[in-house]
Amino acid sequence: MSKKPSKGGAPSLDMTPMVDLAFLLVTFFMLTASFRMAEPVTVDPPSSIGQITLPDNHIMVSVDEKGRGFFGISNAAAKMAALREMSKKYNVNFTEEQVKKFSGLPSFGVDIKDLPRYIDASENERTGFQPQKGVPLDSLNNQLRDWISFGGAEAVKIYNEAKTKAQEANQELKAEKPRYAIKCDGKTKYIVVKDIVEVFTDLKIYQFNLITSLEANPNEAN
Amino acid sequence: MAEIAEGGGGGGHKGKKRAKKQSTRIDMTPMVDLAFLLLTFFVLTSTFSKPKSMELTYPVEPPPGSPPPPAIKNGITMLLTKDDKIFYYEGEYRAADDANGKKTTLTELNFSQESLHKYLAEKNKWAQEEIAKLDVKLKSKQIADTTHKRMVREIKANKIAPTILIKTDDKATYKNVIDVIDELNINLIGKYVTVDILKSELDMVNEKTGG
Repeated sequence: MSKKPSKGGAPSLDMTPMVDLAFLLVTFFMLTASFRMAEPVTVDPPSSIGQITLPDNHIMVSVDEKGRGFFGISNAAAKMAALREMSKKYNVNFTEEQVKKFSGLPSFGVDIKDLPRYIDASENERTGFQPQKGVPLDSLNNQLRDWISFGGAEAVKIYNEAKTKAQEANQELKAEKPRYAIKCDGKTKYIVVKDIVEVFTDLKIYQFNLITSLEANPNEAN
Repeated sequence: MAEIAEGGGGGGHKGKKRAKKQSTRIDMTPMVDLAFLLLTFFVLTSTFSKPKSMELTYPVEPPPGSPPPPAIKNGITMLLTKDDKIFYYEGEYRAADDANGKKTTLTELNFSQESLHKYLAEKNKWAQEEIAKLDVKLKSKQIADTTHKRMVREIKANKIAPTILIKTDDKATYKNVIDVIDELNINLIGKYVTVDILKSELDMVNEKTGG
């Protein structure tokens, strides 16, 4: 029995376990963290019992409460290629630097004419960017259709390249097939969503993932 | 904190100066501070869950000149409108009484458990019972997982099971549509489609809601 005589002075506390735990948690969070870029708008999707996780490789159209459409591609290479195609079609020039910067941006909702200015803006300026009316999708100036069409084609191309490469090297295919996703605010009028769906069906894309927040399935509960 | 360095205090008494034993302990406070700072940062900024989604397949448009699709059996048309209201009618639309049936009238439903859920559960009772039987078989390992999946799909596609047509007016929200589709999924109804509303149906809804 060794008992320390209680002397006056600084009380000592062995902090080693606590520090161990703290570093363990730091390491865990550092390795699992995936950072989400600030979206230009907040979209609050309705809830459903849908359990399918959204694949990492996706092309997403978000629609906010006011019905503005925002476009985003998860694959950076496809995003850059899509921007180059769009730049050719609409005669809007982008510098190499802008293209690179664009690949790191989350979804955007501006006309292609305003896009160079949007890319150059700082993060804070982007939230208050004007005019941010959503990607135009009326029949005369259907930029959303072109974005989806170019983005989809590029994403599929990249997927196919990865597939043939994997087959040649006899390796397991790690890439996923790109999927189309629609994320929409619960309060949006359905007719707006219908227009977006029509843009997709017009391009012969019939299968989507509708993003919803998770809700418990009453059938499985009991 | 963790053994604060105690210099000076106790050393000076015993006359002779001895080579003082250096403590091997290090002051860990700054390190711990940093560790917790990082911890807090990562906890607050990391996003864990990937978004969940439901898959929806829209019908492929038939090529021009193809024969008209067969008439829908056991069709139920759901008309969604403002204030989270649903109106439905069963079968085909009839403007007036004729040999096949009476004039179409709308019945109101809402999104509560007693209303929409109960109605759909009643309509799809047959499929739900069949699927429940299969679930029991799957649990007791009488049938394989893949067989179970295939048979569930067949039951859902069966002629006896109802087909739901979802139509909206210009005031219904996206949430309404998702809620209806979700309720169909909960009630194991496999055949549904969203279609454009007809003018006559829109008039009926407007009459009910008062414009």
